[in-house]
Amino acid sequence: MPARLKLFLPLALFALLALFLFRGLSLDPRELPSALIDRPLPEFSLPRLGEEQRVSRADVTGRPALLNVWATWCVSCRVEHPFLRQLAERGVPIYGVNYKDDDVAAQRWLDELGDPYLLNIADRQGSFGLDLGVYGAPETYLVDAGGVIRYRHVGVVDERVWQDTLQPLYEELAAAEESR
Amino acid sequence: MIPEIGHFALIIALCLALLLTGVPIWGAWRRNVAAMSLAPGLAVGMLVFVTISFACLATAFLQDDFSVKVVASNSNSLLPPIYKFSALWGNHEGSLLLWALILSVWTASVAMLSPQLPLLVLSRVLGVMGAVGVGFLSFSLLTSNPFERLLPGIPADGNDLNPLLQDPGLIIHPPLLYMGYVGFSVAFAFAIAALLGGRLDASWARWSRPWTNVAWAFLSLGIMLGSWWAYYELGWGGWWFWDPVENASFMPWLAGTALLHSLAATEKRGLFKSWTVLLAIFAFSLSLLGTFLVRSGVLTSVHAFATDPARGMFILVFLALVVGGSLTLYALRAPAVSSRVSFDWISRESLLLVNNVAFLVASLTVLFGTLFPLIMDALGAGKYSVGPPYFNAVFVPLMALLIPFMGIGPLSRWKRDSAARWRSELAIPAAAALLCGLTLPLLHAPYNPWVALAVLLGGWLVLGLARDIWWRVRGAASLRQGLRRLTPSYWGMVLAHVGFAACVIGVVATSQYSIEHDLKMGPGDSEALSGYEFRFKEVASVRGPNYVADEARFEVWQDGERVALLAPQKRRYLASGQVMTEAAIDAGLFRDLYVAMGEPIGDRGDWAMRLHYKPMVRWMWLGAIFMAVGGFTTVFDRRYRRQRSGARAATARGAQYAG
Repeated sequence: MPARLKLFLPLALFALLALFLFRGLSLDPRELPSALIDRPLPEFSLPRLGEEQRVSRADVTGRPALLNVWATWCVSCRVEHPFLRQLAERGVPIYGVNYKDDDVAAQRWLDELGDPYLLNIADRQGSFGLDLGVYGAPETYLVDAGGVIRYRHVGVVDERVWQDTLQPLYEELAAAEESR
Repeated sequence: MIPEIGHFALIIALCLALLLTGVPIWGAWRRNVAAMSLAPGLAVGMLVFVTISFACLATAFLQDDFSVKVVASNSNSLLPPIYKFSALWGNHEGSLLLWALILSVWTASVAMLSPQLPLLVLSRVLGVMGAVGVGFLSFSLLTSNPFERLLPGIPADGNDLNPLLQDPGLIIHPPLLYMGYVGFSVAFAFAIAALLGGRLDASWARWSRPWTNVAWAFLSLGIMLGSWWAYYELGWGGWWFWDPVENASFMPWLAGTALLHSLAATEKRGLFKSWTVLLAIFAFSLSLLGTFLVRSGVLTSVHAFATDPARGMFILVFLALVVGGSLTLYALRAPAVSSRVSFDWISRESLLLVNNVAFLVASLTVLFGTLFPLIMDALGAGKYSVGPPYFNAVFVPLMALLIPFMGIGPLSRWKRDSAARWRSELAIPAAAALLCGLTLPLLHAPYNPWVALAVLLGGWLVLGLARDIWWRVRGAASLRQGLRRLTPSYWGMVLAHVGFAACVIGVVATSQYSIEHDLKMGPGDSEALSGYEFRFKEVASVRGPNYVADEARFEVWQDGERVALLAPQKRRYLASGQVMTEAAIDAGLFRDLYVAMGEPIGDRGDWAMRLHYKPMVRWMWLGAIFMAVGGFTTVFDRRYRRQRSGARAATARGAQYAG
């Protein structure tokens, strides 16, 4: 009897949804796609935020550093920002990728909220973001002295993320760099 | 000692919930009156013990008992007492206890305020609510015990409550929101009880309507407070972000709105029976799904709780049992044949159907957008994020399409109406709305077509209602008498619809007209913004109970007159060292003036400042308040009172029924 079968439709849809939710539990939305780990940072040549001068891969490598993808339209970036300033004060080098943003708004943001970045790459079209595989701001990459991506964190970097994952890796890289 | 009492009380509450699930439902099955009669007592007992448990945790917070883990991680001795209390639900464990408390409140209310219900129905309803209680109480006890101690090594002081949550709005936002979420469990329980009983008639709709209206009203207030809080506390003047956590509260609201209207058709006309049951299940399932999304860590959000896979697994299993179980029951028991009641295409039934379709599509849209990143990730199709453009692109046109029908709804007739009658009734309101839409936006230069459209649609709703009220009181001896003849249900509907109109106008006007200036200012500087002059007078250092702050003092002048004094702050909280922006707002019905401090620039005392001019932003929240008041008003309808006065007869009837 098809009329009765129709009433099973909501149950079937829910079962499908539950399956996805179950799968979702074992996935970390902040996890990095493995394709990028231990691969060199993609080449780029983009303007520096607020200036005509262009920057390339060589300008952001040479020592272990964080590469932070941010934008003024990103709510979480604003939450993250004060912590990045703290990190910068502690001497952690941070490069910014201003992702699909408006230069004027971005400059205003930095004037207003403070600037933790050594320099900012203005990725207006998001082409560098595409190469990196950015799926949303904020994202933070840990890049070693040789320009190889060692870790990628999707979402806000806060004290906990820093202490639990980024800091140990960063310090390991920094120590390795010094001993060379 | 007190935390142990609380823990023990929670265990007793779980035992009572288990009994409440088992005994009355068994009684209803075996027609055992003694077993069924236990249900109200067990429901009240569950409330008593969850309340004791809650009071114990509150005492631990108020007395700075830092040996309790949640107190140590979420409170601080310097925190003002009211925030120590609200810190209780500023974390996963405590908020779950609040969830359980509110569920017990709803369960006990149903037990005590429903003497008109046949015992058979009452015991099934309470049994279902008891089952939901079992889920949440065991979730709390097994995975998130709020009374866990830190022994040995009691910290000297606590980590402090997140400064963002130290705010009056956040004291009442979660309780109101949960009142709404959890309140849908009542409609859900009535629907399940009706399925269990196999009698899916209009009576279950009549019984569950007032409960659903109240839950919906609470949810409206809760969402409104969340939006208002984001507006003044986050410091950049935004009021809705389509963040997964916001969506988690919005989806049940949308489904609940559909449910309210569908219940009307089921009660009055015996229509859409299976559909209404399904909506009741859907609304509560979305509440549970929201809980899952917020607490399991499957989605990223700015305000998700600290997450733990074990908890996620627990809620998922619970979700599967509750939703899967009820949908299975639905599939087996819902009447498969469509009701014999017929209606014309031009009728109130059709308009309610339009409402249902619009709100169902809206909630599915939000659901899909919220889960899309998860689904793509699970399929291995990559990482995605879904932002406001998607939601706005679907949501805004949908609501705009709904409103023309919504204007006709109140004056339409059941079963059969005529388009000619609608035309003649609504010609004047339509013309007047068009006039308003064309002229009112002229008051604010430059002329904005989107605002004109919003005013047209809002005017259409309000003027249609005015016409309807006039039509209804026309025959009365005096206007007052005529107005008094209108029922609370009717007034509730009017208030809610007017609130919706205010919301639409507010949202569009503030989105279109807002002006924002970000600039560097030093004391003595001034800046003009939409006819207002903001004069930056001075910066002072002030000290609060648990923070120190720089406070900028502004005078706002308009036409040579001082209209406001604004004092935004930049606070540094002592315990955590976190820096927070405290915006200063001069609120008004037609405009808000808003100043937030950025960072100090240079060493000459300059600051980055953000000045906002936000017209009509209050309309949105006022609209939500109107909707909520409307929802509450319907409860005073004489229909429900009459049932209550006939209580004794009904109970007797119930026992007979059961026997």
